[in-house]
Amino acid sequence: MDQRIDIDWTACQGHGLCADFLPDHIVLDEWGYPLVDGAPVPARTVKRARRAAADCPVLALRLIPARAA
Amino acid sequence: MTATFPDLHLSPRLLAPGTAPADLAAHRRRHGPLEYGDPESVLRAVAASGLTGRGGAAFPTHRKLVAVAEAGRRTGRAPVVVANGAEGEPASHKDRTLLHRSPHLVLDGLRAAAHAVGAGKAYIAVGDGASGLESALAQRTGDPLPVEVVRLPASFLAGQSSALARYVSGGAALPADQLPPVRERGVHRAPTLVQNVETLAHLALVARHGADWYRTAGTPAQPGSALCTLHAAGHEPRVVEAPYGLPLARLLPLEGASAVLVGGYHGTWIPACEAARLTLDATLLGAGVLAALPAGRCGVAETARVLRHLALQSAGQCGPCLNGLPRIATAFRTLAAPGPQGTARTDLTRWSGLVEGRGACHHPDGTVRLVRSALTTFAAEIDSHAHGHCTATDRTPLLPVPEDRN
Repeated sequence: MDQRIDIDWTACQGHGLCADFLPDHIVLDEWGYPLVDGAPVPARTVKRARRAAADCPVLALRLIPARAA
Repeated sequence: MTATFPDLHLSPRLLAPGTAPADLAAHRRRHGPLEYGDPESVLRAVAASGLTGRGGAAFPTHRKLVAVAEAGRRTGRAPVVVANGAEGEPASHKDRTLLHRSPHLVLDGLRAAAHAVGAGKAYIAVGDGASGLESALAQRTGDPLPVEVVRLPASFLAGQSSALARYVSGGAALPADQLPPVRERGVHRAPTLVQNVETLAHLALVARHGADWYRTAGTPAQPGSALCTLHAAGHEPRVVEAPYGLPLARLLPLEGASAVLVGGYHGTWIPACEAARLTLDATLLGAGVLAALPAGRCGVAETARVLRHLALQSAGQCGPCLNGLPRIATAFRTLAAPGPQGTARTDLTRWSGLVEGRGACHHPDGTVRLVRSALTTFAAEIDSHAHGHCTATDRTPLLPVPEDRN
């Protein structure tokens, strides 16, 4: 099933590591918080996206089914 | 503070006549005993009625009830039901008016909703004002499910459903991340139905009189009626019950108004000439606040005051809201003062895009809705301010904003 990147905004502190891992999908806004394209993560990127989720210092990034709210 | 309008062709359904609370005996005389069938028949009646939530989102009540009941079956945990009377919006008085005048109708609805979802526990969460609830509950000795009253801190966001679920569970009244949703895991991790007190009052009447009766008010697409808080200059705010589809001009005096705020502080400014063609619409109405801004008052200054309050009421948990809302409020204050505006307008547009959809709750989204509608509706006035003068002749504030101390 397609997955997309979801941010827990109550947890995110704008460390910005996710934008280093996934520069094609995440850029940082002017305050350092991730701007995520809502598109499904392509198969070739899923592994890196999982790494980004695991390496987020506050575990604010996760992959969820593309259709979930 | 309340009034009924004889020309609305709707005798009030929810608000008991007079200003004193209806005790249990008066309530039973007016509405008859609360009788309903099995949970399935309550759910069927609610589905057929087309009842939607009156807390602001107008979500179909039937779908929420079914989702909570299903989550209860799936997890093997009895759901919890919370009647939401928080009413954190300073301009709204309808929930506290309803709780004051017709507490037993709300408690009937809470009981019917708990029955429909198979709940094992029920709460009613209210602000400081609702003082008669405990005595109303004490009169109801025959209720199958005990109801606990929870007193909420006064804040704009305390009534947000995840904040409410957290507070009732013993935590802080702060919104939580939307996954998992409260309907799946809410109060003490049980599936939780959070329903506005007005919705429950309507539900109590649907359970009694059925869907066809409910649909005798309103329109086929938006059946029923809603409680509205009306703000007009020179008058105390009034709470009225009006059917969906009623022309706004029948509710609010639009002669001499320049704009109307529809849906409260997370709502939309609409020019008075357009508002005159609108009817009461659940998708615009939010929690029922309508305010007519007289020509001669400054809508930019009104919006700036409200935005300052909204920024201060941010829970400060989510980065975009924490950073964006104070900047938005400050930029709008720049627009509210006649004089140079610098980059305020383009900043507002950019920051609005940056906070929208990027929070655990909809506080940033609602705030942005207000900002964008104000930038459009008051564009000419903002231009005047840029040229150094405000066209307003009366600086008396229209919209209530509490004194923020932080």
